[in-house]
Amino acid sequence: MLLREGLIGLLGRFGHEVVAAVGDAEALMTAVTEHTPDIVVTDVRMPPGFTDEGLHAAVRLREARPSLPVLVLSQYVQRSYASELLDSGDGSGVGYLLKDRVGQVEEFQSALLEVAGGGTVVDPEVVRQLLRRRRDPLERLTAREREVLALVAEGKSNTAVARELVVSEAAVGKHIGNILAKLDLPQADETHRRVLAVLAFLRG
Amino acid sequence: MRSLNVWQALTRSGYLLSGWPWRAAGYLLSSAPVGIVVLLAVVLGAAIGGALAVVLIGLPLLALLALSGLPVAAVERWRLGLVDRRPARTPHRAPAEPGLLAWGRTRFREQATWRELGYTLVFATVLWPLDLLAFCMTLLMPAGLVATPVLMATVGDGEEAPVLKMWTATSWPEAFAVAVAGLLLFPLSGYVIGAVAVARAELTRFLIAPVETDLGEKVTELVRSRVRLVDAFEAERRRIERDLHDGAQQRIVALTMALGLARLDAPPGPLADQLAKAHDEAGKALAELRELIQGIHPKVLADFGVGAAVADAADRSVVPVDVSVELPRRLPEAVEAAAYFVVCEALANVAKHSGARRAEVVGRYTDGWLVFEVGDDGCGGADAERGSGLTGLADRVSVLDGRLTLSSPAGGPTLLRVEIPCEPTEHSV
Repeated sequence: MLLREGLIGLLGRFGHEVVAAVGDAEALMTAVTEHTPDIVVTDVRMPPGFTDEGLHAAVRLREARPSLPVLVLSQYVQRSYASELLDSGDGSGVGYLLKDRVGQVEEFQSALLEVAGGGTVVDPEVVRQLLRRRRDPLERLTAREREVLALVAEGKSNTAVARELVVSEAAVGKHIGNILAKLDLPQADETHRRVLAVLAFLRG
Repeated sequence: MRSLNVWQALTRSGYLLSGWPWRAAGYLLSSAPVGIVVLLAVVLGAAIGGALAVVLIGLPLLALLALSGLPVAAVERWRLGLVDRRPARTPHRAPAEPGLLAWGRTRFREQATWRELGYTLVFATVLWPLDLLAFCMTLLMPAGLVATPVLMATVGDGEEAPVLKMWTATSWPEAFAVAVAGLLLFPLSGYVIGAVAVARAELTRFLIAPVETDLGEKVTELVRSRVRLVDAFEAERRRIERDLHDGAQQRIVALTMALGLARLDAPPGPLADQLAKAHDEAGKALAELRELIQGIHPKVLADFGVGAAVADAADRSVVPVDVSVELPRRLPEAVEAAAYFVVCEALANVAKHSGARRAEVVGRYTDGWLVFEVGDDGCGGADAERGSGLTGLADRVSVLDGRLTLSSPAGGPTLLRVEIPCEPTEHSV
């Protein structure tokens, strides 16, 4: 409730129009059918059970409309939530962020735009945890390439990745090319392949 | 204060005036008719059963005879109430299923059934005659003495009277002296009969209504209350987690949002700096709160079960962990929580003490047991006694009838194993 009020204020501040703000999963489904929004932002937990109704609503929404961008906010990092969400539709236009991140208003805004544009954004905390695990398909990547992939998974553009790693944009492009090749991803348009790479990364 | 049994009454004043001596006498005297009936029934049953055993019809009859202790013991426990107000509960268990077959199976497997059969045989042959003898000796003897003057007046024609057939009183004063002695003996016999009844009742109680059942019941109740405590503890943790999440956490998120927005609007300068600092602090508070909630009761455990929760804990571990958990179904909440916290503690110990480079968590459910093993390639030498965390968890596991074993030779490797018996719940994972 508190969070909803805050979010409405935040989105308004960035010039987005909030077409509906609802309090439970059923109302969310109805509101989406009614308003066909550009993006859905939802909490994992929702009434009445306060378990993962919000997440399941998001998954159901994407089953009905695979291209609907959905940004899910979670109280804590939960890989199974992330994978459940990414497995819905083709994994593009999906975001999974810790609830804390909405406080980082500018980063939240860029994540929102990324997801609305069909990108995939995964919370840095999730990415960090995944990097600690041994993951066979990714063993072929060099340390640098994994670093790049992690940043891509967080929804960063090539420019942003280059800035973060203090390298040229061209170098980042080369790394990404290598990553896509090493992960045996099918030929497709660049955005979609990036999404697939992120998915491969997340699923390990 | 009311006495609970003859034994207590014996040690108190007013025993002779109370009902207890009469109860004791009644107990011993009623032994005889019951005993005679039992003896006849047993002998008759054995004879018929034995004779018919040749044509096989007798065998079930003999088997039935083995159960003859049940009704006899029931009557005897009821009779025990005459001299002992403490409850004499049946030592038998209720059969697991309804039906005569299940009942018979339970009874034949119980030790109590055979004790009762033993009691029945001893009762029918030895105990009831002894009871009768004790009754006669203690009550009829003084009565006989008291009756001496009467005997003298009637049978003895005022000349002589037999005293207990052992000796003859030959004069009136003698006869009256004997009668007075008899009267004086009555109170004594009241005590003797009480003592005999106590001994006899204790023997009965020992054989067919063991006091251990009382103790056993207390233990069962204690175990149940321990389980209830753990459940309450678990519920409380969930409540705290939920309150923190729905209350404090939401507020701090709203706070960071407000501060973030304020930063956007603040002109560069000291105010913006102050706001940035406040924003950072709020962010840290939020991160700490998240860690705290995670430690209290991870939501993933409730939502996805112990498999996912353990994988999640492994993700957070500093030492790389290989996880392989195969659980077809969700398990009871308390079991999942105990197993989860054991694995977490084990992983924390791996990170803190072992110096291991890799750790492994294996989980499975086989034959009614949930088993988790946490192994590492570290230096070993871990001691369950020293880790208070593990001791507490061992308690928690033992409440669920589970086991926690630690093998950690010096030089390693360390293997911690937790096993908890349980039945899957209806939810699949």
